[in-house]
Amino acid sequence: MSDSDTLTRADLAEAIHGEIGLSRGDSARMVEKVLLHLCEALSRGENVKISGFGSFVLRDKGERVGRNPKTGVEVPIAPRRVLTFRASQMMRDRIVEGDRAAGEAGAA
Amino acid sequence: MIRSELVQLLGTDNPDLSPREVERIVAIFFDSITAHLAAGKRVELRGFGAFSTRARVARVGRNPRTGDPVDVEAKSVPYFKPGKEMRARLNV
Repeated sequence: MSDSDTLTRADLAEAIHGEIGLSRGDSARMVEKVLLHLCEALSRGENVKISGFGSFVLRDKGERVGRNPKTGVEVPIAPRRVLTFRASQMMRDRIVEGDRAAGEAGAA
Repeated sequence: MIRSELVQLLGTDNPDLSPREVERIVAIFFDSITAHLAAGKRVELRGFGAFSTRARVARVGRNPRTGDPVDVEAKSVPYFKPGKEMRARLNV
């Protein structure tokens, strides 16, 4: 893996290359395409739901008054759209299991 | 957009790949992310966002039906932080 602990685009492309046998270049392009389609749907204001993985949910925030934490000066915060991710139960379960396995390995 | 629509879009982009291959590519993409998080590691997709896990301490919860206290174990939960470019694209 490229970097010690962080998974990146390159690692996803390598996984596709290794499992499907698609060329490295084509695998990298597929990774970009997946991200592009996710991004385009969200930009259009569509939520994205990937079964077994989770949902990307858009939320519209109203305008509110914020404060510069350094100066204490009030500044208006414009209404904006934010993106949240809600993991599927399957992902949550796998992470809890992974945690437990790591805990047992550490204790042994 | 749901998973099957994503597969369909990718299939249109890549007529040389079979629907089965496209489905496998999508599965590898998302399963790799989940597996990596389950191993306690981070996933960083520049421009899109980063997935990580956050620790939750053990606490005493309540059975919502009976009100009985129940012990909830300490655990990790998945977290996603949208990237800068993504946030910008949502607010044009």
